[in-house]
Amino acid sequence: MSIEVRNISKSFGNFTALRDVSLQVHDGELLALLGPSGSGKTTLLRIISGLEVPNPNPSSDILFHGQSVVDRPVRHREVGFVFQHYALFRHMSVADNIGFGLRMRPRATRPSKSEIRDRVGKLLKLIQLEGFGDRFPSQLSGGQRQRVALARALAVEPKVLLLDEPFGALDAKVRQGLRTWLRRLHDEIHLTSVLVTHDQEEALEVADRVVVMNQSRIEQIGTPDEVFHHPKTPFVMEFLGQVNVFHGRVTKGKIELDDPFTTEQHEPHNNSNPQAIYARPHELDIQRELTNGEGIAAKVRRLHLAGPIARVILEAENGGHVQVHLSLERFYELALQPGVAAYVVPKSGRVFEGASKTILG
Amino acid sequence: MTASQQRIAPGRMMPPLQESSWVRWSLTAFSCSFLILFLFVPLVVVFTEALRKGFGAYWAGITDPTAWSAIKLTVLVVGISVPLNLVFGLAASWAIAKFEFWGKSLLITLIDLPFAVSPVVSGLIFVLLFGIHGWFGKWLDAWGLQVIFAVPGVVLATVFVTFPFVAREVIPLMQEQGTEQEQAALTLGANGWQTFWYVTLPNVRWAVLYGVILCNARAMGEFGAVSVVSGHIRGKTNTIPLHVEILYNEYNFVAAFAVASLLALLALVTLVAKTLVERRIHYSTSLEPTTVES
Repeated sequence: MSIEVRNISKSFGNFTALRDVSLQVHDGELLALLGPSGSGKTTLLRIISGLEVPNPNPSSDILFHGQSVVDRPVRHREVGFVFQHYALFRHMSVADNIGFGLRMRPRATRPSKSEIRDRVGKLLKLIQLEGFGDRFPSQLSGGQRQRVALARALAVEPKVLLLDEPFGALDAKVRQGLRTWLRRLHDEIHLTSVLVTHDQEEALEVADRVVVMNQSRIEQIGTPDEVFHHPKTPFVMEFLGQVNVFHGRVTKGKIELDDPFTTEQHEPHNNSNPQAIYARPHELDIQRELTNGEGIAAKVRRLHLAGPIARVILEAENGGHVQVHLSLERFYELALQPGVAAYVVPKSGRVFEGASKTILG
Repeated sequence: MTASQQRIAPGRMMPPLQESSWVRWSLTAFSCSFLILFLFVPLVVVFTEALRKGFGAYWAGITDPTAWSAIKLTVLVVGISVPLNLVFGLAASWAIAKFEFWGKSLLITLIDLPFAVSPVVSGLIFVLLFGIHGWFGKWLDAWGLQVIFAVPGVVLATVFVTFPFVAREVIPLMQEQGTEQEQAALTLGANGWQTFWYVTLPNVRWAVLYGVILCNARAMGEFGAVSVVSGHIRGKTNTIPLHVEILYNEYNFVAAFAVASLLALLALVTLVAKTLVERRIHYSTSLEPTTVES
């Protein structure tokens, strides 16, 4: 079922959590709401579920499959909601937790006891916890609990699945496993899903489309590929990965550096329209001798070699730090060591002017 | 200094957070003697005095018609006030812990009022409200209803004095548990009543029971407020504590202590029940995961 959010705003006292947000979730899609804490992503999710009520506004609306659900209370919206801290009923066994939604139905639509037992059994199998039905939540690990919470939400056959930082309370290894599992599950059941996360890696890996949020607004919507490689704003660029910012002038598509790289954004200079130029670590190269073009003289400070690429941190002459990612081949070719002098050479970078951006090659 | 010199003999090794045995022993001895003097000795006195003239006299004191009527009245008062305060306490806790509304802090303060006001004063309030010369006295009289110096007054005073007990126990626990489980229940299609009955209440059941036990003990033992409104009519408006007082004032010590021993027994039962329930509360609130990541 598709979801449409139109012109939603929400404030809590003086704090504005959402400013005029509009969004469309396609049928069967897994959409990630990505942003730092306080960006409004959880509020948006809760408004979709009905757990939170948006500010009254005649032009705002929430539609499920083209039908307005703004006036429908949570329990009639047919959404499955998965909470960050699981919110399992701890006085109930795993099986009773999963069957809860079915048992609460009015008698006319309530399945029989044996039907509920069957459905619970199937869901336990789906979440790979067969034989755990009689345990209590406190006897499960975090990852198992979150799977139970997911099964409980799926048991009522919701039209929409909403996940609020579902892996936020788990450790890195379990997160990784569950993330992959969630994506496989989604490919099996194709339930329209919205996932809130502050972990860009998680969003980019799991979602069909990513909505990047910042300061109560949507910054960009796109496929993981689009938002990562074609960010529309400096915020998206910085949030979705590491970035080096430096200052220079752009004339005829060529970068003229003003200022050595820094990883932080400087106040803009006043003279002759210098601009902040953004480059990801993999868009930079290191040379031992400056052969042609521009480069920044810097000293190698630290090396991280545990991984598929070499991550090199250099310190420019003004003290700014630059991060460069090189292929291991390139790294060994350069024979870099901490303390060695080298030049950082940009291969490409981006300049943002308002919303538009220029790609420099 | 060599390493062997630094080592302390195992017997003399003292953990950093432990006091010397002298301090520990004197503290323990002090608390024990205090407990014996102020709690254990009085309890023993109650039972020895009650049985001073043998079991027959003890039994006669309890089965005396006026004593028996005091016992029945106490049971009636408890039977009304404890369920009322259970319902009130649950409703107030549910409202305070799970919802935001205007005047919430005022409500919390009001719940504590009976703790802050002297029981005698709360008794007087009811006399001033419902006594024959009180605000509603004439109106009640016109309907032929008597509240003060009658059973309804005793019930009212007891309800007032004991109403913080359940709420006070349940509110902190409910607040600590937050509203996430209730929200989960709502998204699963449960209505408000189902959410309360199947999710909220089971989560606080031990605290509720604990509150009921305390409420019950206080309702049985309440003296001050009840004393003001009851009028001490033998066989009619006397509860157990009031009856004990009357017997004592009449120098009928064996009967006084015999009836008092019932309250003392109740106290002992309450203590045992309270300890058992406390253990369950502790167990059910230590919810933090014994995490074994899979």
